[in-house]
Amino acid sequence: MDAILLQVLNGLDKGGAYALIALGLTLIFGTLGVVNFAHGALFMLGAFCAVTIREVLTLSVKVKDESVTFFEAFKEVPYLELWLGETGKTIIDWSVPISILFAIPFMLMVGLVMERGLIRHFYRRPHADQILVTFGLAIVIQEIVKAYYGANPIPQPSPELLSGTANVGAFFGLGDNLVYPLWRLVYLGFALVIIAIVFAFLQFTTFGMVVRAGMADRETVQLLGINITKRFSIVFGLAAVVAGLAGLMYTPVLPPDYHMGMDFLVLSFVVVVVGGMGSLPGAVLAGFLLGILQSFASMNEVKQIIPGLDQIIIYLVAMIVLLVRPRGLMGRKGVMED
Amino acid sequence: MTKKSSDLSRRSLLKGTAAATAATAVAPSIFVPNATAAGAFRNDPGNSSTVTLGFNVPQTGAYADEGADELRAFKLAVKHLNGEGDGGMMQTMQPMNLKGNGILGKKVEFVTGDTQTKSDAARASAKRMIEKDGVIMFSGGSSSGVAIAVQSLAQEMGTVFMAGLTHSNDTTGKDRRRYGFRHFFNAHMSGASLAPVLEAEYGRDRQVYHLTADYTWGWSQQESIAKFTKSQAGWNTVADVRTPVGAGDFSQYITPILNSGADVLVLNHYGKDMVNSLTQAIQFGLRDKQVNGKDFQIVVPLFSRLMAQGAGENIKGILGSTAWNWKLSDAGSQAFTKAFGQEYGFPPSQAAHTCYCQTLLYADAVERAGTFNPEQVIRALEDHEFDGMGNGKTLYRGSDHQAFKDVLVVRGNQNPSSQFDLLEVQDIVPRDKVTYSEDTYPGDLGPYKV
Amino acid sequence: MKATPTNTSDMRMVLIFSVVVLLMPIWLQPFGAAYPDLMQKFAIFGLFAIGFNILFGQTGYLSFGHAAFIGVGSYATVWVFKGLTMNIFPAILFGTLVSGAFALAIGYVCLRRTGIYFSILTLALAQMSYNLAYSVLTPITNGETGLQLSLDDARVLDDPIKEGGGIPPTNLFGLELQAFDGLAGFYICAAFLILGFYIAMRITRSPFGSMLRGIKTNNNRMMYTGLNTRPYALAAFVISGMYAGLAGSLMAAVDPLAGAERMQWTASGEVVLMTILGGVGTLVGPVLGATVIKYFENIFSAIDKSVLADLYSFLPDGLADVFVTVTGLFVGKGWHLTLGLMFMLVVIFLPGGIMEGVERIRRRFSKQEESN
Repeated sequence: MDAILLQVLNGLDKGGAYALIALGLTLIFGTLGVVNFAHGALFMLGAFCAVTIREVLTLSVKVKDESVTFFEAFKEVPYLELWLGETGKTIIDWSVPISILFAIPFMLMVGLVMERGLIRHFYRRPHADQILVTFGLAIVIQEIVKAYYGANPIPQPSPELLSGTANVGAFFGLGDNLVYPLWRLVYLGFALVIIAIVFAFLQFTTFGMVVRAGMADRETVQLLGINITKRFSIVFGLAAVVAGLAGLMYTPVLPPDYHMGMDFLVLSFVVVVVGGMGSLPGAVLAGFLLGILQSFASMNEVKQIIPGLDQIIIYLVAMIVLLVRPRGLMGRKGVMED
Repeated sequence: MTKKSSDLSRRSLLKGTAAATAATAVAPSIFVPNATAAGAFRNDPGNSSTVTLGFNVPQTGAYADEGADELRAFKLAVKHLNGEGDGGMMQTMQPMNLKGNGILGKKVEFVTGDTQTKSDAARASAKRMIEKDGVIMFSGGSSSGVAIAVQSLAQEMGTVFMAGLTHSNDTTGKDRRRYGFRHFFNAHMSGASLAPVLEAEYGRDRQVYHLTADYTWGWSQQESIAKFTKSQAGWNTVADVRTPVGAGDFSQYITPILNSGADVLVLNHYGKDMVNSLTQAIQFGLRDKQVNGKDFQIVVPLFSRLMAQGAGENIKGILGSTAWNWKLSDAGSQAFTKAFGQEYGFPPSQAAHTCYCQTLLYADAVERAGTFNPEQVIRALEDHEFDGMGNGKTLYRGSDHQAFKDVLVVRGNQNPSSQFDLLEVQDIVPRDKVTYSEDTYPGDLGPYKV
Repeated sequence: MKATPTNTSDMRMVLIFSVVVLLMPIWLQPFGAAYPDLMQKFAIFGLFAIGFNILFGQTGYLSFGHAAFIGVGSYATVWVFKGLTMNIFPAILFGTLVSGAFALAIGYVCLRRTGIYFSILTLALAQMSYNLAYSVLTPITNGETGLQLSLDDARVLDDPIKEGGGIPPTNLFGLELQAFDGLAGFYICAAFLILGFYIAMRITRSPFGSMLRGIKTNNNRMMYTGLNTRPYALAAFVISGMYAGLAGSLMAAVDPLAGAERMQWTASGEVVLMTILGGVGTLVGPVLGATVIKYFENIFSAIDKSVLADLYSFLPDGLADVFVTVTGLFVGKGWHLTLGLMFMLVVIFLPGGIMEGVERIRRRFSKQEESN
């Protein structure tokens, strides 16, 4: 029982990341009709917002390290610590959540620039061209990050307060044996909140209503004299923010490197396809579902029966869905069939 | 169908040979002929005033930190060989035939490559070094998969490979090659040195869960550790779960441990993988657990200071083995640490140590052989015994090209005296305790002449 | 593409192509690329790209999983080396056929969908094969370490050990691929490249080729005429899979090791880059694209700060530093950035790739001549 609950938590956690990326992807699909291969790069950019902010906060002065007598060695002491003492330490400790403040405007800007500068010229081009140009863009973004931050993962610690373990067992009344890393729970909660915000935004604001109408029938909305294009580019910015925040909060779980976007991209596409192209609830559902499936497939009991299932389960599900129910779990029929 | 394609292929064969013969007519001015003539060998520096070495290390991927440190050590070794700096271990190494004027009077130059921690990329990079840059020897490592792959290339091409960090038994076991040499220790030695300490510290009859990097090194280390802890302390393996290299997130592999009934976790991971899996294992509360009435323990059989740096607090108190540590007090280790520290501002890692030694050992062997001809150089290295390079008296065994030397058992330092003092040497296990007979891991070196 | 290429102009093209390929060891000298390993790569990836173009260029189906066939071809080939003989002929034949069979299975599944669904299906299937090769199929693929030859392989037709010890080298009926310092290997690859080029040309010119282009321009109309296009698309898929398998086999033939990395989806992305960059739908374009990318990967990537410093040494110090830093972003380890930018520019402004660029320049000049 404990084992199953843990795997569910694991799955929900990973699923949270999948769902957030897929949400943005499918939003862009649904509104702009664009297949965005650079969406993984946005996830990665968000993660590197955290890295950047941490670098800024830990700008350091080199102090000679007296404890090393063998040769001249230096210790790095952050200015913040020098100036503000304990407060400075606390600020550095909370760098990941703090960087959200920076990431939101930054990702919004990146999204808007991307849409206005590049993507909008591709609305009328074939899907293959959209895939290709965004694939190229992903490479470029990724390489720029690599040029600044190198090719290696840069671990980001979560705040001390949130990096311990949470006694989930006691909470559910299942005994003390059941513990789970606190930050992962925070991530899950965060993902749920973001998803709720996005849905609320689309459901309860006029802006959201127009966007939803546009997703359902773009031409009619335009005939009504509404400038849907402008709204759609804001939607692109929104999707970028969601992907970026997903990446940012994931950094304490998975040390970010320039390549993480590509790794997540493939999976997110699969999630979108399984959920149904252009279906927001579908993306969220499929994200969590696939996360949980993957996590169950990696249980030793399952692997004993079907070895290697954990490696392929997601792709297997995607294939079956595509072949049996091409529109996905919650998609409409005929979206992007050609 | 078969007939048709065989027809086609005969034609293409004819074309191929015809073209090849045509090309050889123009070739001599362009390509050095094959190493068939007596005494001739690939990339002979001849009358050139310089000689080129190739350093093929992972600059990206899970083992990139080790690769970067290896590269620093190589550069330092080249400096010392060319007579710059204080000479480092050239002051302490015994016997010592280097003169500080390059190798055989030729100034040492080098090229570098990125193995990306992948066999394919590493071989391509090594091939480029041999074919394009004309290296006479190449070195590097950090992944046994890569080391084995390029070592077999070394044999095919007839270019000596002085392996860097590679810890799988196979490197000098079933995949040993005449043209490959390993100075680093291996999984067998880790098991032999670690098992007695583990028994003393954690007691007998433990239930062990292995998480194992899914390639030759992981398999090899898992096997050795399981074997030695079983025979020494009666430890029983509950499960051995293979994980992909560079997985990043190990949570899905760690959660099943919680309810498996195991009371020891052995992490057969290295580099960033180990940092991630250890950090996550601790986040999942493994170290605070009590199982079977015993405290849950984590063991990392292959340890390095760089990994300790990455893992921070989490490493404290954890036991493992290592080839070398900068805090060793012998003259060779001190000379090297001093030279390296002055150059870079921090002490060298075990990966740096082995790569530095390998470069000097190769150069020394060339001096002793009096030629760059790999055949003679190999003979000069085989059964060569040396001292003054850390680890005490060391033997390069001729029958499998494995170096035998002292092995360190270390523990993550609880009270570090400085930012680099992360590992505390628990025990120095003497060479004869970790030496095994040459047929323990049978293999065939292959010919001297290729 | 020319409107109605005649037989003679085709033959002339093949001839020129052959001469250019066969003389690579000479004309590549000044570019520092005339060493066997790289030239073999030019030929092998050229072949891969030609094959990919038969699918993507002709039918418009964009596959993101073609690297899987490279991997299958390589593994199959190495197994023949291990079990049967070091003669590359049966090994390559087997490798190509196995990839063909594999492509048939994958194609049958993937071609049930079109458009981006097809792309994602191929992506998923290829990634699945890659993951499998890395994990459960380790007994066949030797996982991360890569499948290698060893002295105790059976090699029933040959001696498992060569005279004087060691693993025997790969050969084609006795001609060692290592011979003449690897040139033999290059010429064998080059011969396959020329053959592959010729076959691709014949396919393009055949009625089958026009059918494929029909699928690209208007699949629905083809369907309405009562024609089931899927078998044609499947045939193209299998052919291009076999090209990829052949390329994988040759890779294993010149360097008898097969690693799973060559199956990863980024490797599939690379062939897409090659084809687009060179000129999708053209015959020479894909080979050109493959050559450019492999050249970049091996030569451009080796340019480091010191080389650049030499290059700009004529400038005043401060200025030279700025130039070195700026250009340093794009060469050496940053060559991928250049590649990405080049690729984007091509997709945006020059959808026909380098070939279209050449054509445009040619046209401009000929127009000028006319006006003169």
